[in-house]
Amino acid sequence: MSALLETRDLCKSFGALRVAENISFHLEAGARHALIGPNGAGKTTFVNMLTGLLPPSSGLILLGGEDITGLAQAARVKRGIGRTFQINTLFRDMSVLDNVALGVAERRGMAARVWHPASRYHDVREEALGLLETLGLAEDSGKRVVDLPYGKQRLVEIAIALGLKLRVLLLDEPAAGVPALESGMILQVLDRLPGEIAVLIIEHDMDVVFRFAQRITVLVEGTVLCEGTPPEIAGDARVQRVYLGERYG
Amino acid sequence: MTRAVGYAADPRIRFAEWLPWLAAVAGFFLLPEYLPLGARILTYVLFALSLDLILGYAGIITLGHSAFFGLGAYVAGILAAKLGVTDPLLLLLAAACAAGALGIATGAVILRTHGLTQLMLTLAIAAVCLEIAHKATSITGGADGLSGITIAPIFGAFKFDLYGRTAYLWCLALLFAGWWVTRKMIYSPFGATLCGIRENSVRMHAIGVPVYRRLLTAYTISAMLAGLAGALLAETNQFVGLNVLGFEPSGELMVMLILGGVGRLYGAFVGPLVYLIAQDFLAKQFPEYWYFGIGLMLVVVVLFARGGILGIADRIVARARKYV
Ligand SMILES: Nc1ncnc2c1ncn2[C@@H]1O[C@H](COP(=O)(O)OP(=O)(O)OP(=O)(O)O)[C@@H](O)[C@H]1O
Ligand SMILES: [Mg+2]
Repeated sequence: MSALLETRDLCKSFGALRVAENISFHLEAGARHALIGPNGAGKTTFVNMLTGLLPPSSGLILLGGEDITGLAQAARVKRGIGRTFQINTLFRDMSVLDNVALGVAERRGMAARVWHPASRYHDVREEALGLLETLGLAEDSGKRVVDLPYGKQRLVEIAIALGLKLRVLLLDEPAAGVPALESGMILQVLDRLPGEIAVLIIEHDMDVVFRFAQRITVLVEGTVLCEGTPPEIAGDARVQRVYLGERYG
Repeated sequence: MTRAVGYAADPRIRFAEWLPWLAAVAGFFLLPEYLPLGARILTYVLFALSLDLILGYAGIITLGHSAFFGLGAYVAGILAAKLGVTDPLLLLLAAACAAGALGIATGAVILRTHGLTQLMLTLAIAAVCLEIAHKATSITGGADGLSGITIAPIFGAFKFDLYGRTAYLWCLALLFAGWWVTRKMIYSPFGATLCGIRENSVRMHAIGVPVYRRLLTAYTISAMLAGLAGALLAETNQFVGLNVLGFEPSGELMVMLILGGVGRLYGAFVGPLVYLIAQDFLAKQFPEYWYFGIGLMLVVVVLFARGGILGIADRIVARARKYV
């Protein structure tokens, strides 16, 4: 049995700084997997390598058994792996609808059409609107992203990713920067993510991690400290040492 | 505000969008002595439109756009003067194809780079083109320019006349075609994709867009339009000089577009109109100072009105609406 997503001895250095050291990682189809670790552990860098934003210094990335290490970002998205960003990376001056529709159109292979107006592609718009509706953003579809509260902007990040119909979804701190009052709606959305998508979530809030994840990987200074089920991780002495005295404890 | 494009935008042509065409037709009848200037303005509007597509919509900053304009002008000019090809439509086609080929070839390099590197490369390409035209005197005429261009009647029926009537209408017809195609493109999914790349290319990569390929397509189309404009200039002036190439005309074009307003389609209409009229009138009155006036105007626009002249107009209209 092979994993849906697998890395083998993935390494990354920025000059002398080693931010990933021999990361060998498995993600099963439909998994709910969390990646945790202190600030600067290399979590975002790991996601950047998985999506092709950064090339690894060495090692392999396999998706469904296929080596995707050398593929461009776009080619990886077409094979079903994508992400959200820790810091909002949105089309701020465009409407919420367009933020989602651009991705939907690309996935449907019609984003390069030059003849008919975009508004004639009703199926793209309907799909994007439907998605926004399931996330509780239907009423905001015509607003510009900048005009939304931060919590809703984070939801747009997720909406865009869902519009890509991914097999592997990498969520980089989906609730980062969201005030406590608004974070509830994000957790709700996480709970309702389609079961067939394999989700890897990076998250600092341990309550969220333990509620959401079936498996947890702990990354410290670029190396995998340990991996296991939530109870195993909670009981692991090394993990407690890393987190002891830290604010996430 | 610039008009939104995208999946909820209404693509129908509004009344105000017909105004430039009405004005152009009215100009034909009312200002017969200015038709040569008019043809020049229309040509530059087409040129500016081609820049707006990549600068205003796709966000590619270039100071080398004259390479395509100049190549178009020289291809049309050389074909007509040296090889006896005189059909105006054929000359335009040849120029557009040549400029498109140069667009693919140079775009393939510069669009892999970013920021200052990209800007410098565009500048270098324009400089190389200028140098080639300068040195290849036997075919380009070098510093003396290329003369002896004869153009057959359009469709075998409409001769280029002394008063510039045919030239004006020919330019107007081609500008209309160029505008129509560009406008269609901007409202299409492709146009929305370009805006997305301009707004946030990191995000575009992350949603699976082959950014480089899309930019190359836009760049090539833009190059063809610029080549078309260059060929128009050659046909209507029946002369091509080195001043169509190099940094200066590129910079001048950029100034025109910024004056009119970047990324709003009609900024490309207003900019060259204001700039070339100012040049024509002021240069006669104050040959030494007119450029100062243009510079001042540019400073004011860049400092106080980021949307150019059209941006100012938008704000005035918005204010007026409040009080009505
Ligand atoms: N492009 C880069 N160039 C140089 N160093 C980098 C670069 N990107 C990240 N780093 C460094 O690599 C290390 C890991 O960063 P990364 O963003 O992956 O951490 P993280 O685990 O996501 O942290 P956080 O929890 O704060 O988001 C940090 O020390 C960071 O400063
Ligand atoms: Mg991070």
